[in-house]
Amino acid sequence: MNFEFLGDNFMSLTVTGLTQGAIYALVALGYTLVYGVLRLINFAHSEVFMIGTFVTTIVWAGLGFGVGASAPGTFGVLGLIALAIVAAGAASGGTALIVERVAYRPLRKRNAPSLIFLISAIGASVALFELVGAITDRQPRGMPSLVQPKVQFTIFGADITNLQIGIILSALAMLAGLDIFINRTRLGRGVRAVAQNPDVAALMGVNKDRVIMLIFVLGGMMAGAASVLYDIKVGLTTYSVGFLIGIKAFTAAVLGGIGNLRGALLGGLLLGVVENYGAGVFGNEWMDVVAFVMLVVVLLFRPTGLLGESLGRARA
Amino acid sequence: MLLELDNVTVAYGRIEALHGISLTVGEGEIVALIGANGAGKSTTMRAISGLRPVGKGKIRFDGDDITKMRADLRVVRGVSQSPEGRGIFPGMTVRENLEMGAYTRKLRSEIDEDLQRAFDLFPRLKERERQAGGTLSGGEQQMLAVGRALMSRPKLLLLDEPSMGLAPMLIQQIFDIIVEINQQGTTVLLVEQNAQQALSRAHRAYVLETGRIVKEGTGTDLLTDPAVKDAYLGVA
Ligand SMILES: Nc1ncnc2c1ncn2[C@@H]1O[C@H](COP(=O)(O)OP(=O)(O)OP(=O)(O)O)[C@@H](O)[C@H]1O
Ligand SMILES: [Mg+2]
Repeated sequence: MNFEFLGDNFMSLTVTGLTQGAIYALVALGYTLVYGVLRLINFAHSEVFMIGTFVTTIVWAGLGFGVGASAPGTFGVLGLIALAIVAAGAASGGTALIVERVAYRPLRKRNAPSLIFLISAIGASVALFELVGAITDRQPRGMPSLVQPKVQFTIFGADITNLQIGIILSALAMLAGLDIFINRTRLGRGVRAVAQNPDVAALMGVNKDRVIMLIFVLGGMMAGAASVLYDIKVGLTTYSVGFLIGIKAFTAAVLGGIGNLRGALLGGLLLGVVENYGAGVFGNEWMDVVAFVMLVVVLLFRPTGLLGESLGRARA
Repeated sequence: MLLELDNVTVAYGRIEALHGISLTVGEGEIVALIGANGAGKSTTMRAISGLRPVGKGKIRFDGDDITKMRADLRVVRGVSQSPEGRGIFPGMTVRENLEMGAYTRKLRSEIDEDLQRAFDLFPRLKERERQAGGTLSGGEQQMLAVGRALMSRPKLLLLDEPSMGLAPMLIQQIFDIIVEINQQGTTVLLVEQNAQQALSRAHRAYVLETGRIVKEGTGTDLLTDPAVKDAYLGVA
């Protein structure tokens, strides 16, 4: 154990953790939205994220920015990122929608028990995973490093890079946008109505199927955006990339209180930070152990997660 | 006829709860539906609003066959229900709950007018405007459910036990309000345990017994009907 290392690098571990956590949080939103409305864990969401990571590289390569290409100027890079967010958002959102149509809606129309949904979810996940695995020959796919991490400023001895700032701020901006959409708009109110009481929502004139499509698309788009940030940060993707990120994001959602949008943010950031501290103290190979031990401990004391559920029945 | 049920059956799984009921509600009427627990009153309401699929038979509303229409589209056509158990959205404020009632409408100025009307009908709701629906008392939730059902400007208002859980004074008040709403032009179909009040306020009424309509007549007729008196009015 190396507490000295943790002490010496506390700030920089924190910032690295927040960066990773921001990506968890964006992916966690998809789990939390779907669970909040349907009480369903959409296991295929990890693959929705994975699709986004590939579409990002494809779009960049298509524009002449394949592996090894040198980055264009600042505006060029921002343009490429914006384009990738739109494309990956559309692809991931579209994939999520297809999963909903193919794997869940037919079951819903037949009032299937929730265990069947779970099996269908796992099936959809495996199908997407194997499909992309087959298409890519199970080879990783690289991409150019568009953003060279550059130290912008230093706080308490920690170097903060433009990349870290960019990732954290874009994740926060998207989360804030979603939060406003759900809490302040008419359509968002419809989503909350279906989450709280689907029958009464129908009595208010809310089209439940439309709301369900909407949450899958929204969750998918957030995962798509996260996939772009991930690509920029890691510079490499592969068909199995969704597995660990998916589990971590799901953990983040549960940690914050599944069904709660702000809980996803809190859970994501906390998970990112704590697992980084854990890696600092016990070594990298213990990172995931620390993450899940924290989940278990939190659930022991707060079974509904840190913030509880808010989209659904519970408190306002 | 604004609403017409023609031999409607509804089942829960294999158990049939309505064995072919027929009833009509004319424009401008208050029609009451009374019956013992489990007779099928709420099931009838759910069939009309589209929450329960109809087995056999037809439901016609405002000239159209709506038997197979989705529940949310019936709201657009002018059917609004205050459900049994009130169905308040617990995590939304009183105001948001009312806004949900106007979900299908677009014109902000009209919605604001109707919000004002709901607050005029139920001043208590105005005082609690920002309170979460789930923290209201039972009676306050009942007012909110009725107020919310009015927010869609329905042609037909379905009220499932609007007086449930209200103090005696408030029961008088809620029936007064129902009559007032009706006089302002809304047709009302009313399910009630409180048969005395319901029959004395309704133009016409039906008596439901284990999924069948066994009697119908004007409110006053049924109030004086010995069998009805015996079974539902609690007088020997
Ligand atoms: N969700 C359900 N699943 C199975 N059976 C149901 C369901 N809802 C109602 N029933 C049955 O259908 C019958 C009619 O119920 P309904 O709720 O319409 O009665 P009601 O007249 O409204 O009674 P109450 O006065 O107690 O509200 C009852 O026998 C009831 O047990
Ligand atoms: Mg009932």
